[in-house]
Amino acid sequence: MKNLMTSSVIALTTMAGAAYADINACLITKTDTNPFFVKMKEGATAAAKENGINLSTFAGKIDGDVESQIAAVETCIASGAKGILITPTDSRALTPVISQARDAGALVIALDTPFEPANVADATFATDNFKAGVLIGEWAAAKLGDEAANAKIALLDLNASEISVDYLRNNGFLQGFGIDIKDPTDIGDEDDPRIVGNDVTNGNEEGGRTAMENLMQIDPEINVVYTINEPAAAGAYEALKSVGRENDVMIVSVDGGCPGVQNISEGVIGATSMQFPLLMASLGIDAIKTWAETGAKPRNTEGLDFYNTGVELITDEPIDGIPSLTSAEGLGKCWG
Amino acid sequence: MTTKPGYEQVLDGSDTQVARFETRHTLLKRVQHILHNNPTFVPVIVLILSLAVFWIIAGGRFFSAFNLSLIMQQVSIIGILAAAQSLIIITAGIDLSVAAIMILMSVIMGNLAVHMGVPAPIAIIVGCAGGMLAGAMNGLLITKIKLPPFITTLGTWSIFFALNLWLSGAQSIRSQDIDEHAGLLKFFGNAVNIGGARITFGVILMILIFIVLWYMLNKTAWGRHVYAIGDDMEAAEMSGIRTERTLVSVYMLAGLVCAIAGWASIGRVGSISPQSFYEGNLQSITAVVIGGISLFGGRGSIMGALFGALIVGVFQSGLRMAGVDVLWQVFAIGWLIIIAVAIDQWIRRVSA
Amino acid sequence: MTPVVQAKGVVKRYGHVTAIDHSDFELLPGEILAVIGDNGAGKSSIVKAICGATSPDAGEILIEGKQVNFSSPIEARELGIEIVYQNLALSPALSIADNMFTGRELRKPGFLGKYLRMLDKQAMERFAREKLTELGLMTVQSIKQPVETLSGGQRQGVAVARAAAFATKFIIMDEPTAALGVKESRKVLELIKDVRARGIPIILISHNMPHVFEVADRIHIHRLGKRLCTINPKDYTMSDAVAFMTGAKEPPAQDAA
Repeated sequence: MKNLMTSSVIALTTMAGAAYADINACLITKTDTNPFFVKMKEGATAAAKENGINLSTFAGKIDGDVESQIAAVETCIASGAKGILITPTDSRALTPVISQARDAGALVIALDTPFEPANVADATFATDNFKAGVLIGEWAAAKLGDEAANAKIALLDLNASEISVDYLRNNGFLQGFGIDIKDPTDIGDEDDPRIVGNDVTNGNEEGGRTAMENLMQIDPEINVVYTINEPAAAGAYEALKSVGRENDVMIVSVDGGCPGVQNISEGVIGATSMQFPLLMASLGIDAIKTWAETGAKPRNTEGLDFYNTGVELITDEPIDGIPSLTSAEGLGKCWG
Repeated sequence: MTTKPGYEQVLDGSDTQVARFETRHTLLKRVQHILHNNPTFVPVIVLILSLAVFWIIAGGRFFSAFNLSLIMQQVSIIGILAAAQSLIIITAGIDLSVAAIMILMSVIMGNLAVHMGVPAPIAIIVGCAGGMLAGAMNGLLITKIKLPPFITTLGTWSIFFALNLWLSGAQSIRSQDIDEHAGLLKFFGNAVNIGGARITFGVILMILIFIVLWYMLNKTAWGRHVYAIGDDMEAAEMSGIRTERTLVSVYMLAGLVCAIAGWASIGRVGSISPQSFYEGNLQSITAVVIGGISLFGGRGSIMGALFGALIVGVFQSGLRMAGVDVLWQVFAIGWLIIIAVAIDQWIRRVSA
Repeated sequence: MTPVVQAKGVVKRYGHVTAIDHSDFELLPGEILAVIGDNGAGKSSIVKAICGATSPDAGEILIEGKQVNFSSPIEARELGIEIVYQNLALSPALSIADNMFTGRELRKPGFLGKYLRMLDKQAMERFAREKLTELGLMTVQSIKQPVETLSGGQRQGVAVARAAAFATKFIIMDEPTAALGVKESRKVLELIKDVRARGIPIILISHNMPHVFEVADRIHIHRLGKRLCTINPKDYTMSDAVAFMTGAKEPPAQDAA
């Protein structure tokens, strides 16, 4: 049995090699722990197999682990990779090593998180995080109607580093809600009296709960809660439940993970903006294949400095004029 | 006295006192001596002072019964981890794997009870046994293969964390699913309300764990041995303590406490979240150090860790309510650690 | 008279080094036996073999005529053999009472002790105070005081008192005066004599010839891994002893021990 499997694996590799002349590619994610990246890896692995590309995958140990990512890029250069798909854990620090990779002839595509500036990479396939924020902001404002003028808003962000995905979603939400965001790259510089405060969650349930408790201590009448992602939203819900306010407060989030979509259907979260990690990964693999075969590079979406892989608003309480999917539809598209 | 050799004859007329205790002149010296004999004084004073300061800065809402009980809830899990960490640090060791054991065991309990339909009490017992096993692994590596605790637990931290990701698929188990299949897992999330304060069972558990461990450390022979090992391992061995067996028992007990913390964390967080408490290892060490337990072993009361955890909670809550940005909270905790260790060093100098 | 301890033809090798080379040893009831020898002669090795800290490769060890085979000092201790180590084996941060009872703590009677394993601190403190008082060591302020607040001599006193309190067979003392000043040494020597007066024999390892000649009843001279001879300190001078142990002078013909 074992022998049989080994020989068929060898056969597969040989066939792939013959057909596509050995295209090596790398996928470097921020971590191996976030289901978003786990899903992205699955998508890339599947697409690579389909296209006969040898894909090596790497990940940082934690968010912000620049060293591991640099080492991974160097390994990819050394192995003669045709293309590198990377979710940069630091938008700026990786620039020199990415230039090296491009000089060595690799197509570099940023997934999910853009470099600063975006043209450090050949292309960026990402969720429009600002748009994701705007969608839930508009939905929340429309849902409240006239009451939006008296809303009391809690903002549950990621962490103290204020990375781009953090401020884009946060400020997108505020703009969608109709609040002047001042500096679009700064969190917490707004002076709208409807904002009760910001706190950090580290993007997990425990942090979401603690942050929600803290903000309720500042104003117990909070009725709108923005969360960086769905685990943080679930934590915030627990905090509200412990004081019996879970039905008076609207929680919105971003991500589109399956547990998050389930939470939409059960009324824990009001609305979430779904993103598509599988699509980013498979588009990335396709682009590498095209580049290897024809030398053509992918183009950006009109008016943006990246290729938009799309966002869908998921909610069971749709609002006229804001296109959305129901949670049942969302469950078919969710990741993780 | 009869056979005293000639050169020592002069001693007859000398002072017969073997040693005399010098009178402590300065107030500072006296304070140092008092603190040396009562290692929990410093954290208690700091806790009271910080409560008072934030009462003034952040106002009555901070000092309300509800907020104070909320701080207790927020520190309860790290507090329990700090209790486990104290056991290890008193033996002059360190355990970087406490939070990883906790999360791994909560994931095991959740997988068994929610996904596999195992009755919740059995899932909890399996999780607790797993915690002891994880602790035994640390303890045996440290005693039998003689690896330094820091390195051993640095390794097992990664191992337990990886197992946690493998078993959970990095995915949380949702609160609603737990309610449906295994409500007992969230037992410690229940609460009693006493005059505006909300005391969760998790908070009561934390206090009980501290009391039980304090009793074991101070009122039983085992506890004295734990201190003796941390104080001077060689001397402990020579004075008849079975040091290896005791050390393994300490790590196993710490593992059990971590597993119980894992159970309590499900009540606190609501869901079973493989990504929560990533910094729990360091937070538990922070609480222990601020609580005046010496990282060099053998000194300090486990109750200090409880006060240490509370001090961190009070600082976070107080700074938050005073509208201070998160990064300055991190800044403040950093200074607390350094000051706590500096005070510990100063107090230890009393014996020199 | 049956020796309290008797070793016959004990051998211990570490790789190529023979630490004990077919050595004999006897300790008689009620005596202070000093063990002297040059550095590296193997005097601690033979004592370690007797108390179970090392297990010999060959030879036999008899305690009160019965052969024993200790695998650790804890087993020797259970038979009533106490050791006062040179570094004393005290835990500095623990109290005097805690230190006296390390490894043999007393538990409260009844439920508290049996099920909650509660220590009987009062009883231990009472006992510790008694023992220190017997040996004239109660210049210490409080029995609850940590050992680290004591002077060198006082610590030595605590270690000797601990050994004296629990020894039923004999006590081994390793260089008890080495780290002490003149006055403190004197106190400890008096203590050693006090212990002998209670009928407990003592093996005293020391480099200090005046101290050895002052307290010892017999002197075991160790040289090149074995017993060279035993002498009576009344019959020889310190210079003789030094000459024997360094090989400068032939030992006397050995009389039966």
